[in-house]
Amino acid sequence: MPQPLNYLKETASQTAGPYVHIGLIPAMAGFDIFEKNFSNVLVTPNTKGERITLEGRVLDGTGTPLRDVLLEIWQANAAGRYNHPADRSAGALEEEFRGWGRAGSDFDSGLVTFETIKPGAITDKTGRKCAPHVNVWIVARGINIGLNTRLYFSNEEAANASDPVLNLIEQPVRRKTLIATRGERAGKVVYSFTINLQGPEETVFFDV
Amino acid sequence: MNAQAPALRDPRLNRPEPFTPPLGDGGFFQRDRSIHPPAHAPGYKSSVLRSPRQSLLSLENSVSEITGPVFGHNDLGPLDNDLIRNYAKDGDPVGERIIVHGRVLDETGRGVPNTLVEFWQANAGGRYRHKKDTYLAPIDPNFGGCGRALTDDTGYYYFRTVKPGPYPWRNYVNSWRPAHIHFSVFGSGFAQRLITQMYFEGDPLIPVCPILTTIPDKDALDRLVAPLDLNASTPFDSLAYRFDIVLRGQRSTYFENRTAGN
Repeated sequence: MPQPLNYLKETASQTAGPYVHIGLIPAMAGFDIFEKNFSNVLVTPNTKGERITLEGRVLDGTGTPLRDVLLEIWQANAAGRYNHPADRSAGALEEEFRGWGRAGSDFDSGLVTFETIKPGAITDKTGRKCAPHVNVWIVARGINIGLNTRLYFSNEEAANASDPVLNLIEQPVRRKTLIATRGERAGKVVYSFTINLQGPEETVFFDV
Repeated sequence: MNAQAPALRDPRLNRPEPFTPPLGDGGFFQRDRSIHPPAHAPGYKSSVLRSPRQSLLSLENSVSEITGPVFGHNDLGPLDNDLIRNYAKDGDPVGERIIVHGRVLDETGRGVPNTLVEFWQANAGGRYRHKKDTYLAPIDPNFGGCGRALTDDTGYYYFRTVKPGPYPWRNYVNSWRPAHIHFSVFGSGFAQRLITQMYFEGDPLIPVCPILTTIPDKDALDRLVAPLDLNASTPFDSLAYRFDIVLRGQRSTYFENRTAGN
């Protein structure tokens, strides 16, 4: 027998269930409990960068919006820097901008929104430029292990065309599933997205 | 003078390059999907229409995955880890008083310090304080059912609550969830993000739960079951259950010219 390799095993995932709001966004469950709450608003008045709304839905295999889904996003600031010590890139850090938010879908419409800024292009450890993107994590009843995907921006065509992750997707038609579409509403910039869990336009999900 | 540098000399540095252990890129150990429930698990009916059918695209961890949100004590309130008191209106909630404690570790066995752990649960009768829960068991006016804690330098966390009750749900006509507490854990990078559920030693509903049995690996399932920990109980006050949570391990990274994680 060789020496044992004493790695532990990761704890198994379980669904977040229908009542995920209680634990993570209790106000949506219908009560106030914490003094301080996490939310879908990532910006403060001091945050640098272009204010944007990310707005979308997650659809099941019949095209019906999930109305009990929870999304979290993780993104760099406008300078392309993540607020984390493992990001050693040159972009200026903004202490106040955590770069993370969570949102539950509307119980009627299934709409999910985030108020944030458009992140800058990321410089990876090898020095390559990655197109601006927002990392997305999705949990809900019926989702046994959180789903990872990304949102890119429709008006970054050149950067998207050379992005190393988008180019990993074999079928160009599937790359489109990660592109949020820029629009304007009442003078505000809104990027719209649809996450399809199944079907011919199934969103690309990552094993990160 | 020798005209030729030795073969081991790095021409960019013009000095001998010592051999060092291969430095990682800070990426996380590949997730062992065989211990996790598959996305499509027909015995848990809600998963059928909510499970991707294409293969996941494997992604080498980049800076987007090895970084993640950082939380601090400023994000929490003083009662956040005390579910017996954090929603109490005119007394304590009904139920068995318990302490739940343990460590958040990674697959290398190291504690994960200063990471946010969130938890939520039904009350002692199996009813959630949630506008969508219509089970006939009553809401407890003194119980909210959620809390959170930051792990300490060693990855240790603890909280106090009442033991949740089992409850029926619509899967088969007579499906009941074993008593459980939901956990959400962050880790140091977004790729470690995990939501799971903790169960209680000895619960007869565990082997017949359509959600718990989505886990294909018996050992992985058993690791979700917290044992009674009498040593950590408070005599004449609360029993204790121990629940350790393991997040993905991480290859070493560069930090300020030294390696972290080795």
